[in-house]
Amino acid sequence: MEKTLKKVDIIFEIDKSCSPLAVLDRTLQRPADEIILDLIDSGLKGRGGAGFPTGLKWKFTRNETSDVKYVICNADEGEPGTFKDREILDRVPEKIFVGMTICAYVIGAREGYIYMRGEYNFLLKSLQKKLDDFNAMLTEKGVDFQIYFKSGSGAYVCGEESALFESMEGKRGEPRNKPPYPTVAGYNNKPTVINNVETLVYTTMICHMGPERFKELGTTDSRGSKVFSVSGDTPIPGIYELELGMPLQDFINEFGDGDAKAIQVGGASGHCVPRKKFSDTIIGFEGIPTGGSMMVFNSSRSMYNVLHDYLEFFTEESCGQCTPCRVGCQQLLKGIEAVKKGDKPPAYLNDLKKLTATMKIAAKCGLGQSVGNPFNSIVDNFKEEIIY
Amino acid sequence: MSTTQLMVKDLVKRNGRTRNSLMPVLQGIVQEENFLSEEAMLSVAEELDISVAEVYSTASFYTFLDTVPRGKNIIRVCKTITCHMKGKDEIINALSNALKIKVGETTSDKQFTLLTANCLGWCHKGPVMLINDDIYPDLTVEKALDIIGAYSQKPK
Ligand SMILES: Cc1cc2nc3c(=O)[nH]c(=O)nc-3n(C[C@H](O)[C@H](O)[C@H](O)COP(=O)(O)O)c2cc1C
Ligand code: SF4
Repeated sequence: MEKTLKKVDIIFEIDKSCSPLAVLDRTLQRPADEIILDLIDSGLKGRGGAGFPTGLKWKFTRNETSDVKYVICNADEGEPGTFKDREILDRVPEKIFVGMTICAYVIGAREGYIYMRGEYNFLLKSLQKKLDDFNAMLTEKGVDFQIYFKSGSGAYVCGEESALFESMEGKRGEPRNKPPYPTVAGYNNKPTVINNVETLVYTTMICHMGPERFKELGTTDSRGSKVFSVSGDTPIPGIYELELGMPLQDFINEFGDGDAKAIQVGGASGHCVPRKKFSDTIIGFEGIPTGGSMMVFNSSRSMYNVLHDYLEFFTEESCGQCTPCRVGCQQLLKGIEAVKKGDKPPAYLNDLKKLTATMKIAAKCGLGQSVGNPFNSIVDNFKEEIIY
Repeated sequence: MSTTQLMVKDLVKRNGRTRNSLMPVLQGIVQEENFLSEEAMLSVAEELDISVAEVYSTASFYTFLDTVPRGKNIIRVCKTITCHMKGKDEIINALSNALKIKVGETTSDKQFTLLTANCLGWCHKGPVMLINDDIYPDLTVEKALDIIGAYSQKPK
């Protein structure tokens, strides 16, 4: 089922007749299992990149027996080209707080945390007050749940859920081995739901509008809508909520400058789609899944520079814990520099591609595993630009 | 007790004497002193009752937890691709010339440190820089210089 581009307004919608707090009051009256069924029925998948079904995540955590459980909102947003979570935090924070509180009610948690990247600390000036008011309101209502802010300190890898827990525990942000998954052993090794900012707002909105209306949007594999961060060579950069399942061609017709030669979908760790593939690339979990970053490059841009920039990013942000990623990122970067200079023959790119295959299998976390996405999609589609 | 030790004691008291408080405590120190001195890290280790190697190991992982002296105002210019396309190099060069320091250096009066940063999350409004906790999007060279000028006017 192919969709066309459609703008929607769910995340930022301000419904005067039904505030987030009214949604909370209503939802807390419902049985927890019913809320989980609604979320599963809605088809909502995580908006942080990995796309795990949210209803199942909550259900697994609810099923764990433990006195202490946690809800964590992942607001680390470090993927290059992504800035939608900041806008959500700034404009509709109450919807996030409500989503976390509903989650806490469902799984049985008394503490929640919002782990926000240090680069967004300026938001705290207004957010802390709003959170204090919200916590006070919960206490007044007799809801046994409180939310706290935690700040990051400039490490992209801390957006990876297990690295985020390590950081909250006062350690280096080095990802853990999985399993165990967070639903079993997350923060402080207790059962934990960790969701992206946007995912939590959608849970609030699904409780508000019901799974049926959410399901009407999107495709079988990608239900609903998603907030996109659009940047690069576009006359209208910014944040847009769009229905999932549209072809990239529709997207570029709306947002391109008429001269787009490639779109990097999903940030530095995502895939580069060249112009000739715009029409048959679907934006959604069946095509190219995305955390929402859409960087547009027109024909004046060097794709070598783009790839170089991404590889530099990964080399700097790799936590360095496992060799395939630590050394792999460095070698990929040095490798394309050598090919560009002519110190290595063009065929060396094939060796580098093999290296990304090794990294995909052997790296410990999503960072090292996904470096091959930008590398292969740029090298395959823009080989001449890398070599000459 | 030195002022640093007193500050650490106070931060630990406010955040709780557990390992989980390490990040907020270190962040609090950087807020006050711009970087983590040896004295500060030793004092944190003692207050939280963990080894100083653990403190340093955690601190050295994070870009914003500097263990070398920094200026009062830390400028971080975003260097990621979209800001690059929008002209971050001109901004960096202009700041570098105006402050007479290279990227990574601190002015001799300890007022400014000039750094670059990975994506700051403002790709639709690049180029952009962060000064301490404050964000300045949609930069031009003139705007960037004006902003720096305003910071130098602030009482030291
Ligand atoms: C290197 C790396 C960085 C990540 N950064 C983020 C991030 O900034 N925000 C986020 O929500 N998820 C991020 N993730 C995904 C999280 O690990 C996790 O899957 C997500 O927070 C789950 O929430 P969701 O199910 O609502 O998507 C990152 C993953 C990796 C491997
Ligand atoms: S893949 Fe990279 S970022 Fe992930 S654990 Fe290994 S070294 Fe660290």
